[in-house]
Amino acid sequence: MATLEIKNLHVSVITDQGNKQILKGIDLTIRSGEIHAIMGPNGSGKSTLAYSIAGHPKYEVTEGEILLDGEDVLEMSVDERARAGLFLAMQYPVEVPGVSVSNFLRTAKTAISGEAPKLREWVGDLKTAMSNLRMDSDFTERNVNEGFSGGEKKRHEILQLELLKPKIAVLDETDSGLDVDALRIVSEGVNRAHKDNNLGVVLITHYTRILNYIKPDYVHVFVNGKLAEQGGAELAERLENEGYDRYLKASA
Amino acid sequence: MSQHGATAHSHGVPIQTRSERPKSTSISDFPEIQKTEEIWRYVPLEKLRGLDAEVIGEIKEEEIEVKLSDSITSRWIDSSSQLVGSAGIPEDRVSAVAWTNASKTLVIDVPANNESSEPQLIRVSPNSTDAKALHILITLGNHSKATMVLDHTGVGTLGENVEIVLGDGAELNFVTLQEWSVGSTHVSTQFAKLGRSSRLKHIVVSMGGDLVRVVPAVKLDSPGAEVNMFGVYLADTGNYFEHRPYVDHIAENCVSNVAYKGALKGAGAHTVWVGDVLIRESAVGTDTYELNRNLLLVDGARADSVPNLEIETGKIAGAGHASASGRFDDLQLFYLMARGIDEGTAKQLVVRGFLNEIIQKIEIPDVEQRLIGAIEAELEGVGN
Ligand SMILES: Nc1ncnc2c1ncn2[C@@H]1O[C@H](COP(=O)(O)OP(=O)(O)OP(=O)(O)O)[C@@H](O)[C@H]1O
Ligand SMILES: [Mg+2]
Repeated sequence: MATLEIKNLHVSVITDQGNKQILKGIDLTIRSGEIHAIMGPNGSGKSTLAYSIAGHPKYEVTEGEILLDGEDVLEMSVDERARAGLFLAMQYPVEVPGVSVSNFLRTAKTAISGEAPKLREWVGDLKTAMSNLRMDSDFTERNVNEGFSGGEKKRHEILQLELLKPKIAVLDETDSGLDVDALRIVSEGVNRAHKDNNLGVVLITHYTRILNYIKPDYVHVFVNGKLAEQGGAELAERLENEGYDRYLKASA
Repeated sequence: MSQHGATAHSHGVPIQTRSERPKSTSISDFPEIQKTEEIWRYVPLEKLRGLDAEVIGEIKEEEIEVKLSDSITSRWIDSSSQLVGSAGIPEDRVSAVAWTNASKTLVIDVPANNESSEPQLIRVSPNSTDAKALHILITLGNHSKATMVLDHTGVGTLGENVEIVLGDGAELNFVTLQEWSVGSTHVSTQFAKLGRSSRLKHIVVSMGGDLVRVVPAVKLDSPGAEVNMFGVYLADTGNYFEHRPYVDHIAENCVSNVAYKGALKGAGAHTVWVGDVLIRESAVGTDTYELNRNLLLVDGARADSVPNLEIETGKIAGAGHASASGRFDDLQLFYLMARGIDEGTAKQLVVRGFLNEIIQKIEIPDVEQRLIGAIEAELEGVGN
């Protein structure tokens, strides 16, 4: 069992024009096996929360805490957080020229588990995970995210999720840009990781269609850097029908 | 930083176009070296160690190891031979000094139609640090194919001229490796003349040396020839590496592609890349591209990068250039580290990935492996 606790989190983004406050006091607790959906209008701070958990250098926590099983996550470097069991599937995965997917995955797996994976086992696991996600085997020879289509990038993120077996994963708009089939395939990947590893999931999305595949236990509404409302799966339906107008008026 | 169809200027002194530079084999035709000359403006002159003096020594046979396939021959000839100078003659003083002081020339002959994929090896390891001259002439007969590695190791002070003459339809994969130890100075001028529809792949790898300056000049005066010029370098504290590739497009329908990539890993490391491409009026149908990228891994390192493209005809297939020097991409590091990879390893991955694009062009497994090993060893400790 793992617990990620976010308490009174205030975050500013560091820009050339100075710091700008984005998150204004977020409280959220995610336990192993739970699925939390986060929805909210563009610019409300969803990605900021995701990046802050992962430790992106552009985001500065000005107040509050993030704890993983009581350990202070904010004291950890980016790689330490990943090794502690946190994972972020990024909204915009980064290209790394000249580094093959195969080399990247093996290096990451070695770093996370503290030792190089046994070759035969690793090759088998990789093959299975890739075929589950309907990825061609020659994919591993390509450079990380270079020239990947939108859908390939997202599958590659979920491939890592399945191979690296984190405790808590934040998926930032993993559903954006996916066609119907890809959406189902990617969702199945998330569900496998959830079931096999008792993964705790934070699913950031704009659309309820992914929630037909991945059933959230909780839905949170982000508005203007704060949680405006929380509820169960039914809240997502209402948001899809009514939009965020209600909250925006209230927060204005 | 980059100029299009213009000539370079330095210290307010206008420089003639590349084609109008003086050419001569005699030292007295070149003035004493001065920083105000564009071609010497970056060079730490105190590190030349006498290579610009009128009289210097000469590399002897026993300082060169030559390993060739049976069908390929080597011999030393008198430098007064008509053969010497077939690919080009000096355009600067150090090259003229080396030319004049090398009384013998090492000739490597690949007979016409001979094809070999085995790498031929020429290894130069001077037995003292005295300033010495060396002249090498490589000829490929018509429609022959060869791979050659010119390796420089140990400690030395070397003024070198390398001539490469490709017959019609010949193909050469040529690598010049500068793996000098601390205390070395090396100025190499390399001339290539390409026959009709011949292909040259010219690769420069600079890994060590206090001062390494390589000036590969390729003359495309027969139609349909193609040259690919690649360079890869890793400069540490104490290294000064300068690369000045030059492509002279004279004949019709020739192709040139120049790509150099370097990483600077130590404070005080300095690299210079000046890429000259001249497309003459006669060079109709030319297709050319040149690129230089530098990755600075530390503060206090310096990479100068100057592409010069002179175009004298509008009837070309394409001409372009790109040049950029920058720090680590924070986002790349973040992405790798977010997967548990520590900062040092992440930086190694990024640097190797960056240089890989060029390394994989070498296509000599031995050389590639050695290079990757050397880079890995050099990058131990970066970012920690
Ligand atoms: N690097 C940055 N520089 C300037 N502003 C930034 C930066 N990163 C985030 N912001 C600003 O912070 C706010 C929140 O951005 P964030 O990406 O967290 O929103 P989001 O809820 O994920 O939006 P979306 O639904 O569009 O992905 C926005 O106003 C955005 O412009
Ligand atoms: Mg976002």
